Amino acid sequence: MKFDVGLILSWIPAALAGLEITIAVWLAGGLCALALGFGVAAARRFGGALVDRALTLYVALIRDTPFLIQLFLLYYGGPFVGLELEPYQAGLIGLTVYGSAYFAEIIRAGFEAVPVGHQEAAICAGLTRAQMVRRILLPEMALLVLPPVVNMQILLLKETAVLSIVTVPELTMTLTSLGSEHFAFAEALSLLAGLYWVLVEVTGALGRFAERRLARLSFAA
Amino acid sequence: MAAALQVRRLGKRFGAHAVLREIDLAVREGEVTCIVGPSGSGKSTLLRCMAFLEAPSEGEITVYGAPLGFRVTESGERQRLPDSDVARVRRNIGMVFQQFNLWPHMTALGNVAEALRQVRRLPRREAEARAMAQLAKVGLAERARHYPSQLSGGQQQRVAIARALAMEPRIMLFDEPTSSLDPELTGEVLNVMRELARAGMTMAVVTHEIGFAATVAQHIVFLDDGRILLEGTPQSVFAQPWHPRLAQFLETYIDRGAAVLLQGAPA
Repeated sequence: MKFDVGLILSWIPAALAGLEITIAVWLAGGLCALALGFGVAAARRFGGALVDRALTLYVALIRDTPFLIQLFLLYYGGPFVGLELEPYQAGLIGLTVYGSAYFAEIIRAGFEAVPVGHQEAAICAGLTRAQMVRRILLPEMALLVLPPVVNMQILLLKETAVLSIVTVPELTMTLTSLGSEHFAFAEALSLLAGLYWVLVEVTGALGRFAERRLARLSFAA
Repeated sequence: MAAALQVRRLGKRFGAHAVLREIDLAVREGEVTCIVGPSGSGKSTLLRCMAFLEAPSEGEITVYGAPLGFRVTESGERQRLPDSDVARVRRNIGMVFQQFNLWPHMTALGNVAEALRQVRRLPRREAEARAMAQLAKVGLAERARHYPSQLSGGQQQRVAIARALAMEPRIMLFDEPTSSLDPELTGEVLNVMRELARAGMTMAVVTHEIGFAATVAQHIVFLDDGRILLEGTPQSVFAQPWHPRLAQFLETYIDRGAAVLLQGAPA
């Protein structure tokens, strides 16, 4: 048995098609998850004690179960409660909900890390509470959470592989099925790992670039 | 002289712990009032109450006659005033913090212009022109485009002073403005404050800089364990430390001063 490089090259067009779908569901799911996570964190901070308690439970429920199981339940269990979803819909909703719990925690910690003094300075300067939130709290929080948000987006990128179990024809599904067709798993999984690696490295480089550009806006010593 | 800011029978409790008790204090127009005392004596809490960053548990604060935060009714009950009213009264007050508290995502100019734009609703050009004039006053016009992370501690504190002055307050409150600075940078901040005092600004300053208090203040308030132990002119308070608690407090400063001299002696 020999590692067939020619076979890998012949798969590239199919792999790129899968990669395109991976990137599309990741970008859509990652952005929706970030938006929902922000909404959850903001509601917890500004929505009163009851909302805070309810959303703490939401975050706990999602963080306490594996994404694989959540997606299974959503896609295969959904019809039992009248929720019939297309694979893409299930994948997108699954990623959004799963990611939102983590983003909510990142953003909650970000809010808490903005020094109270910076907010007091705004109030003393005469800004209203709403102006303080918009002009001081949110921008400072956004700068603080940039590195963990990029990190979480990278994790979500790799979690898109789980969408293969609900038959979204993304990268993992494409290459694992080609692998079993040709009985060439080593080749298929090598190409698969390589492509994820490239995608993650590019994302990480973009994140580091943004961090460097924004470094001078960070806290003074 | 008239009181710009008047504190009456003020008390502050955190839970069961009384931080301030029965404070009566007048910050007089055109004067520098320095609040000194050992750590934990409640000086910062008192100043924070004066800006209503802390709500007093008892008593009343008036700013040019207007109640700040609470109104005492004729029957002697305290009534919380709405935030909009607090903000209106607070407009008379500028606040400078120990930790500077500049907004890190804005330049020095942006920090000073922010409230002019958001609160005064000035167009950008005019807000920035006024901010620039304030920065020039504290000697930092050429640093206007720098971010706080690119400035020294002393420069940051001067920007913070310019930021407070930009809103043209009638009273400036300073909460240990030099306590996070090394001695070299302390001087530049104290110089700006001396300049401000000379120009007639009404100031209340919580400080450990006894030298500054003795030379700049007209009014010294010595706080110990949440009470005003002594107050008066610097001469009356410092020249005759007849109170054992004050003598003990000043002793530590003399010790520290001596230590600095010994370390600084040429080898």
